[in-house]
Amino acid sequence: MPTVAPLDLAGHCVSANFIAGISFFSLAEGEVHRLDHGQKSVTVHDGLLAAAPALDNRSLITSGEDGRVCSVDAEGNVTELASIGRKWINCVAAGPQGAVAFGYGPNAVVRFADGKSRTLTHKRSVEAVAFARKGMRLAAAHYGGATLHFPASEAKPTELLWEGAHTKVTFSPDGNFLVTAMQENALHGWRISDAKHMRMSGYPAKVKSMSWSVKGRWLATSGAPAAIVWPFQAKDGPMGKAPLELGTRGDVLVTCVACHPTDEIAAIGYSDGMILAVRFADTKEVLLRRPGKGAISSMSWDDEGRRLAFGSEAGDCGVVDISA
Amino acid sequence: MSDAQTLSPAQIPVTVLTGYLGSGKTTLLNRILSETHGKRYAVIVNEFGEIGIDNDLIVESDEEIYEMNNGCVCCTVRGDLIRTVEGLMRRPGRFDAILVETTGLADPAPVAQTFFMDDDVRAKTKLDAVVALVDAKHLPLRLKDSQEAEDQIAFADVILLNKTDLVSREELRDIEGTLRAINPTAQIYRTERASIGLDKVLDRGAFDLKRVLDNDPHFLDADDHDHDHVCGPDCDHDHHHHDHDHHHHHGHDHDHHHGTASPIHDVTVQSVSLRAGEMDPKKFFPWIEKVTQNEGPNILRLKGIIAFKDDPDRYVVQGVHMIMEGDHQRAWKDDEKRESRLVFIGRKLNADALKSAFEASQA
Repeated sequence: MPTVAPLDLAGHCVSANFIAGISFFSLAEGEVHRLDHGQKSVTVHDGLLAAAPALDNRSLITSGEDGRVCSVDAEGNVTELASIGRKWINCVAAGPQGAVAFGYGPNAVVRFADGKSRTLTHKRSVEAVAFARKGMRLAAAHYGGATLHFPASEAKPTELLWEGAHTKVTFSPDGNFLVTAMQENALHGWRISDAKHMRMSGYPAKVKSMSWSVKGRWLATSGAPAAIVWPFQAKDGPMGKAPLELGTRGDVLVTCVACHPTDEIAAIGYSDGMILAVRFADTKEVLLRRPGKGAISSMSWDDEGRRLAFGSEAGDCGVVDISA
Repeated sequence: MSDAQTLSPAQIPVTVLTGYLGSGKTTLLNRILSETHGKRYAVIVNEFGEIGIDNDLIVESDEEIYEMNNGCVCCTVRGDLIRTVEGLMRRPGRFDAILVETTGLADPAPVAQTFFMDDDVRAKTKLDAVVALVDAKHLPLRLKDSQEAEDQIAFADVILLNKTDLVSREELRDIEGTLRAINPTAQIYRTERASIGLDKVLDRGAFDLKRVLDNDPHFLDADDHDHDHVCGPDCDHDHHHHDHDHHHHHGHDHDHHHGTASPIHDVTVQSVSLRAGEMDPKKFFPWIEKVTQNEGPNILRLKGIIAFKDDPDRYVVQGVHMIMEGDHQRAWKDDEKRESRLVFIGRKLNADALKSAFEASQA
């Protein structure tokens, strides 16, 4: 039976993560709380807008309304990585070799581990940034598509074009596909080798959460009364194939998804705070958490896939242990 | 979405301030921020610029128009507002209302549409009113060189005709006539140095279907002498006349049964005011949907009160381009005449066709 250790915080949880095995909860107010032999917290920003774990999961990268980008380690030590003045930094991503990227206005800034940085300017505002897992390759999503950069080289960026506003972006783990979430309740994808388009639509709401399953075989997404899980095993991705619909509930929307690190299982969080774990193969469901105070806004598994950290828009956070 | 909405706190009202550079927007903004009125505002500005008040709830935001990918040219939103409002609403409790200041050249439609077209923004905020500041001295020039000045007037719920001390009474009368010709439904206030009771500007509920026309109890009431801008369907004025060269200055003080021609040249926005009896919903709804679909790009605003046959309640409609909302408002009062009234503000509107189709929708 899964057990839930609740953590009631005040405010919108932007991100729930495991850093060096310790659960981290980043709140919009700017504090990062962690459960490490008791609840501890540190104020990182005056208004925290985004957070992403470093690729080695040893630190959390955060950005804020105060125009700063910081790194928080497992002991709660805060290091300022960048400060650009009075501008909101809406998105942040962590990449290979300790690189960090963040976006503000039309700029995507890549900060390398040695402290050097490079600013990549676009025609439109950068809505989201993502690194490929291998190679120093960055995608910036914006109105009109996404731009692929090789920030460590002088190589010319690649423009992936599709009309409309692209607000989230993710690379498939093998780096073969780029998928964006759009303003108009759809995903758009490109096969990077030939920029072939993939359009994944039919959502009743905006897609705010995307998660790749183990080895990138599936992409689970929010934005419907079920988790919509697109097959990415084939060379042309999900084209012409129907997605799985997991954890369907009639009256409640899925707001967050997190695929398990080793098994084809997704944790599915809903607008009423409920969390289910659903297995892809037989759609078997297990209740991980009963409905709570607010919509689930973030979830992450630990490296072993035994614990799930979750946070909600209302601040009722916690950790589910499925090994008990 | 409805479930998420029931959990969210009350919707935060949003006031949009439009107006050309120098019209007094910053003066008004500074007054709203510095006067004691017990309300806290988050302000979204394009540039920190001249705002003299130190307030950490002033957010700079680069105006960014997003066309929705549905083939409709008028379905535009402000991407930066979606981001900023979403961020602000994650930290509620710091403010009671949001003010959005637009650049002088801004098209107000995408700003307003953001609050209808984005589900998240819509769940957490509600558009209260679009307030336009107009510089009395420079309006004729502005209308000559830009469409935006006209759009801002056409779009407004409240117009502050500012800097009235800098023009003569005759000029003022002509300017007000022009404002009325462009927008017969807005509340117009004459101000100097943007000095106005803030209750006239804030918390207006101009997009609230329950309140939208209560602020203007004499909406389209031709018998009301306070309103010299009224124009019934029996009016013989040529509404869709684009050649304004023949217009000359004439007063409006005693022609309240007629539509107003703009005393100032270079006006391309017109209003079409319709009035008819009780409507048949089976005819009215298909018609209004068709009109907003087909004419959406040309319709800046529409507002109306509809009397449906055998319906005890007033039905109110309001729209922005292709977006239209309607709802029952309240019961008709015994002393109220059960008639249907509708105003379109826009460009290239075919007044005759609208009039005949509206009348054909009667029960």
